[in-house]
Amino acid sequence: MFDFSAQLKQRFATLQSSARFFSLRYVKQTSQHLSVRKNVPEPPQLSTDEGAMLTVRIDGVEAYSATNDLSQRGLQAALERAEAQARLLAAHSLLDLRDHAVATSRADYLSPNLTRAFPSLSDCYALLAQESASVPKDERLVNWQVSLGLENVEQIYLNSAGAEIRQAQRFVFPGLSVTAYDGQDSQTRSLGRENFGQQGGAEVITSCGIIGAAANVADQALQLIMAPNTPTGPRDLLLTPDQMILQIHESIGHPLELDRILGDERNYAGTSFVKASDFGSLQYGSKLLNVTFDPEIPEQLASYAFDDDGTPASKQFLIKDGVLERPLGGALSQFRSGMEGVANSRACSWNRAPIDRMANLNIEPGDQSMQQLIGGIEHGILMSTNRSWSIDDARNKFQFGCEWGQLIENGELKGVVKNPNYRAISAQFWRNLSAVGDASTFKVLGTPNCGKGEPNQVVRVGHASPACVFANVDVFGGDA
Amino acid sequence: MSHQAQFTALVDWLQGAITPNERFTLSYNAEASDFIRFNHAKVRQAGHVQQASVYFKLIDDGRHADLNLTVSSDEAVDRQRLDEALQQLRETLTLLPADPYLLLNDDAWQSSNVQDAPLPDSAHVVEQIAQLGEGLDLVGIYAAGPIYRGFASSNGALGWHQANSFNFDWSLFHENGQAVKANYAGHEWSDEAFAKRFALAREQLAFLGQPSHTLAPGQYRAYLAPAALEEVIGMLCWGGFSAQSLADKTSPLQRLYDGHATLNPLVSLDEQVTGSLSPAFSGEGYPRSDLSLVVKGVAQDRLIDSRSAAEYGLTANGAGWGESPSALSMNGGSLALDDVLKELGTGLYISNLWYLNFSDRTAGRITGMTRFATFWVEDGQIKAPVSTMRFDDSVFSLLGGALEQLTRERELILSASTYSQRQTASNLLPGALISRLTLTL
Repeated sequence: MFDFSAQLKQRFATLQSSARFFSLRYVKQTSQHLSVRKNVPEPPQLSTDEGAMLTVRIDGVEAYSATNDLSQRGLQAALERAEAQARLLAAHSLLDLRDHAVATSRADYLSPNLTRAFPSLSDCYALLAQESASVPKDERLVNWQVSLGLENVEQIYLNSAGAEIRQAQRFVFPGLSVTAYDGQDSQTRSLGRENFGQQGGAEVITSCGIIGAAANVADQALQLIMAPNTPTGPRDLLLTPDQMILQIHESIGHPLELDRILGDERNYAGTSFVKASDFGSLQYGSKLLNVTFDPEIPEQLASYAFDDDGTPASKQFLIKDGVLERPLGGALSQFRSGMEGVANSRACSWNRAPIDRMANLNIEPGDQSMQQLIGGIEHGILMSTNRSWSIDDARNKFQFGCEWGQLIENGELKGVVKNPNYRAISAQFWRNLSAVGDASTFKVLGTPNCGKGEPNQVVRVGHASPACVFANVDVFGGDA
Repeated sequence: MSHQAQFTALVDWLQGAITPNERFTLSYNAEASDFIRFNHAKVRQAGHVQQASVYFKLIDDGRHADLNLTVSSDEAVDRQRLDEALQQLRETLTLLPADPYLLLNDDAWQSSNVQDAPLPDSAHVVEQIAQLGEGLDLVGIYAAGPIYRGFASSNGALGWHQANSFNFDWSLFHENGQAVKANYAGHEWSDEAFAKRFALAREQLAFLGQPSHTLAPGQYRAYLAPAALEEVIGMLCWGGFSAQSLADKTSPLQRLYDGHATLNPLVSLDEQVTGSLSPAFSGEGYPRSDLSLVVKGVAQDRLIDSRSAAEYGLTANGAGWGESPSALSMNGGSLALDDVLKELGTGLYISNLWYLNFSDRTAGRITGMTRFATFWVEDGQIKAPVSTMRFDDSVFSLLGGALEQLTRERELILSASTYSQRQTASNLLPGALISRLTLTL
């Protein structure tokens, strides 16, 4: 761990710069992605990536240069390139960062169980093959795949003010999916994949629940192709955590990103229906809604002690009792806006600069068991596992779709329905939050695929949520 | 050392390092890019990224594994990394069974395309943008620099693709929040051409100042400009033409390829690699073929990578990752661009769509949002910008029964995507006049 640390520090100390402030962020990521598809092991995809980003600040203007050349000469060249760019573009700079404070902390952060060995490649393949072989023989089951992603990331941040922040993290992404086809329609049921990932070791495979799950997932895919379409009309909507994470992500997370509110993302990821003046007063949701930025749940995907600009991270309420309190804005956005934020300045790797990102964005548990949530619904539907997401650029009008639907009538779960979709408007939807599940319904989930930024970046984000009920939502099915 | 020489040196070293039983393929991806972000017509964030990696596949006795490896510009360091990668892959192969779907291209094909026209200095471009954007609320990104792609195999195949390019992707915002999107991209920067493109965007911005028109959900006539149609076509690229998705029954064009449905006879789609900006070879070492994917509304070719070819007994045609098109070309129709408003009559002029996804993938039903410069048109005259609306409709309607005409003129849209690296994909598309587009929210 941190094998390159001493050498990197030495090279950083030797760098020559006329800038009053400069920093280096080194990232090394090794990964393996394994998959067994229809009982055939696919070739392993391995990766080793490393490089560094040098950032300078000259007369309040920042510029960066990222390089794959980690030699002393390569780092020095990158630093000089960044300096030249900062000077060349100074006349057109949007920001004057002379008074923007810089990081000074020194600390290490490690994922839970990082020092425990992960199962060997052979053991991983054996596990995947066993699960794949558990899919029942049925000619309607046309495709299935069991997969396991493993990513080890080391990051070292150094700056001319003396900061030295190292973090070593291991991320695990198990997944399972089965597709059934009846000659007309196909339906896919999955577990994990894009809706699950955690930091840690082998225990993450267990906590995902894929071990021993293949037969049940296959059975649900078969149930879906035999099920009727989701009926159209308003219903109370019970979302399980594997759909709640998408709901939180798209209609709370993105609209609260401060760089969007400041306009940086208007050309690509979009803007926000939330205005800076809304913080402290806007009733974002019902009084049951409590949303936190929480980097302190060890296994969650985006738990860390410092963000990628070196700002210390701690749990903060973004929405309390339904009222909007603070945005998802890192130190730079806080400096620009004069607002309080969180430590969420993040980059996907060494070749992209940190920007405001979601990290762990969670809904705090309420007080109702799953049985109570269902029992409180007269005319409703349960939806599980996101499969489709679409929302406008201000993050307001949305339409989401799930893999699995089950009608609820008079407080009881009824038949399975396929192609469950719903649409609503963020600014109103959260005010219809009518019940929040307790800790027994709470799950720590996340996704490896949050895209944003120019140039584009994909980062891992964590979302933890209980099951939740929303009153009177427009739901509908598909055409097939 | 040039990138090509660096790549060749790695290939030569690897040829000498493998055993007689081993084979390899090695693809190369590199770029040196300036990325300059703008907000409020000022530079929000500026930087430079220099990156290079090889994608190394080692094959031995039917077993194979892949390793993607960052390389530096230091020859000794890179040889050491490649040597370590070779050892890692050798150890990995001992743990694997033979892959029944391994299919290698044994041809010793050669391909080279070098386009090294000089790009303008980024400071000059920023100056141009600043001058034209003076007093405007401009936001966007300028990305520019050389891109390198290479491929080599132990059987002697060798491909090289190198191109300098720029892509300025930007929006102009009206103070009421409405915006117009524009793009200027290519290989040769022209101050004059850029100024012309900018003036066009500025002209459209003027229309956005009028009070916006709010529409109720329902069905409307609509014109989808090429950039909007690109979003619809882009959804079809999510497995639509993929041999594996079609075999797995998850393609949104399943019904088309199964012969249960057709698109409008106006619709012909090609994967037109020849003359496109993307490499003439795939990352796994197959020369890419020009393909007729849809001919007059009927499915024809599909995209087939080597794995699908082996699994389904097909012939590989150079499909890249995910078997998605990356040089899609749609035939134009007979509608003159100047006649679009007149032929639309009363309805929606949609410049861009945004954030599309499937409502029902098997049925080819998609949903998405209007975004940027969407106008309400009455009797062939633009009346007002339209508030953001959601549509939910079937591709078998939009490009089927509801498709009235396609424009004669087509627009070459170069990908502005920069996930992991600057992309080389492009689409050549007309605009589409649609008799009914279903708006839902």
